[in-house]
Amino acid sequence: MTTQTQDPRVIEFDVRTDEMLVNMGPQHPSTHGVLRLLLRTDGEIVYEVTPHIGYLHRCAEKVGENLSGPQWIPYTDRMDYLAGMNMNLGMALTFEKLLGIDVPEKAMVVRMVICELNRIASHLLGMGAYGLDLGSFTPFLYAIREREIILDLFEEVCGARLTYSYLTIGGATHDFPQMIPFPPGLAALTGQEPDQPISWADAVRHFLNWLEPRIVEYHTLLTRNAIFIKRTAGLGILSPEMAISYGCTGPVLRGSGVDLDLRRDGEPIYTRMYDGYDFDIPVAPFQKEEHLPDQVVLGDNWCRFYVRMIEVCESIRLVRQGLDRYPHSEGSHKIPFRMTTKLPVDECYLETEAPRGNMGFYIVGDGQVEPLRARAKSSCFCNLSVTSALCEGVLLADVPSIVGSLDIMMGEIDR
Amino acid sequence: MNIDYIYQLLTSQFGEAVILALHTQTKDPWIEVAAGEIARVGDYVESEPTLSFDLLRNLTGVDYLETNPKLMAKFPYEPHVEVVYHLYSIRHKHQLVLKAKLPRWHDETPGRLPEIPTVSHIWNIANWHEREAFDLVGINFIGHPDLVRILCAEDWVGHPLRKDYQMPLEYHGIRGR
Repeated sequence: MTTQTQDPRVIEFDVRTDEMLVNMGPQHPSTHGVLRLLLRTDGEIVYEVTPHIGYLHRCAEKVGENLSGPQWIPYTDRMDYLAGMNMNLGMALTFEKLLGIDVPEKAMVVRMVICELNRIASHLLGMGAYGLDLGSFTPFLYAIREREIILDLFEEVCGARLTYSYLTIGGATHDFPQMIPFPPGLAALTGQEPDQPISWADAVRHFLNWLEPRIVEYHTLLTRNAIFIKRTAGLGILSPEMAISYGCTGPVLRGSGVDLDLRRDGEPIYTRMYDGYDFDIPVAPFQKEEHLPDQVVLGDNWCRFYVRMIEVCESIRLVRQGLDRYPHSEGSHKIPFRMTTKLPVDECYLETEAPRGNMGFYIVGDGQVEPLRARAKSSCFCNLSVTSALCEGVLLADVPSIVGSLDIMMGEIDR
Repeated sequence: MNIDYIYQLLTSQFGEAVILALHTQTKDPWIEVAAGEIARVGDYVESEPTLSFDLLRNLTGVDYLETNPKLMAKFPYEPHVEVVYHLYSIRHKHQLVLKAKLPRWHDETPGRLPEIPTVSHIWNIANWHEREAFDLVGINFIGHPDLVRILCAEDWVGHPLRKDYQMPLEYHGIRGR
């Protein structure tokens, strides 16, 4: 794998034209929400990109200062609304760290299974939407179809499909249901009889067994597609130093070859959820992988995308192991937590590995029920800040490709 | 790396006038740094090989003030503003919390924002984090290349995460409360 590529500014576009300011967004379909990019272009070449954010600002931090911990949980759902479970978890863990709460083993297994399922759903939609950005519509339909089953399974667990508020301080609001009717969507895909009783864990296993061979299809459809490789490989190259300096985390950082995953490197209160599970952390340039496309450069769009695709497979492994461990796990899915618990005069910061990067919560208590400061540090906020550096001197048509590969979520950036 | 070791290393490098205190009684131990010297300290902890705090995880401001007269007596802090830096080293996998205390208003004049040097030349991400801290908490980062609001509208008045912030009654004809 090479690390150098040709500067697109020196290709045959030698003719200078007038400078033009192009406003991309906030309603542009490929900006993944309400992101506005101000592009300074010279013909087809973009010389400067200025992201303008804040169109979805909902004062989540100010709201958090006026609510108790359990009351703030529904607001964390709405940050990264494609991975609500992971947002719930980050916030709940921070309060648990502050209050010194130890959750039982069963609650940890429940949380691990739910978060990894949500990671699969989130990455699938990320994959589909990225294909959509680059003009390929089919993978999006498949991704939505698969995600739909996960949402059905979540609905059986907590009744909600998008904003779950399921993982709370002290564990999870409900245990996994014992028996559910076979989800009709899954039944239609797998050819099973709908509505026959099945345990929730078995329904998830059915789904994973069905999903796993489909990943190969996505690779044929998108990852190894010649057009897709041309649009992504060698573009938007983010060097490891730059990624770290811009605070990038998650698949963006690992796509640049920096081996950091908080599921392994995080604080004990978080990593013990993953103790004893067998999983790999994909990091570019993918040592295990033999056939990378020739055009791929370390830290380019394709690497970031590919990290997510492998993470889906790793999450499938984790969910399977978690479901096997679930029946033997001890304790309850929850320990009671009173809404009126006063926070100590103390503070703590905790980061967890959400699908899009490291989501951090910083809580300062002052002896009252409501925190003095409830800060949510968004991973996408940091990942987006690198846009202007990445888009310097690229072609106009490549801007959606680069922004899409960062897989940003405006709800989390603006909070 | 042990927090005591980091504290001693910093004290021997900068002296007690810059590295003011080590607080270990909180969940995350933190080191208090004189506000005017934060950029020098940041530069050192980033470049020193045994520390190498290359990832700025979080930068934010906290307004310590109680506005409810009933709770004022029990409020455990003096009124002030803090800037908090959460650092992480990818190489050594250790973390550090630096804090700088500022008065709530510069020269005790309400409306004049407290000042602290920028660290955006050390960690690029600080550029946006400082813009957000300026926007929401109202801290003036001296030397920042482009200190403008990031989440609120450009013509917004006030800094919403200040405890004495008053929600505007009206914004461009839209009723506030």
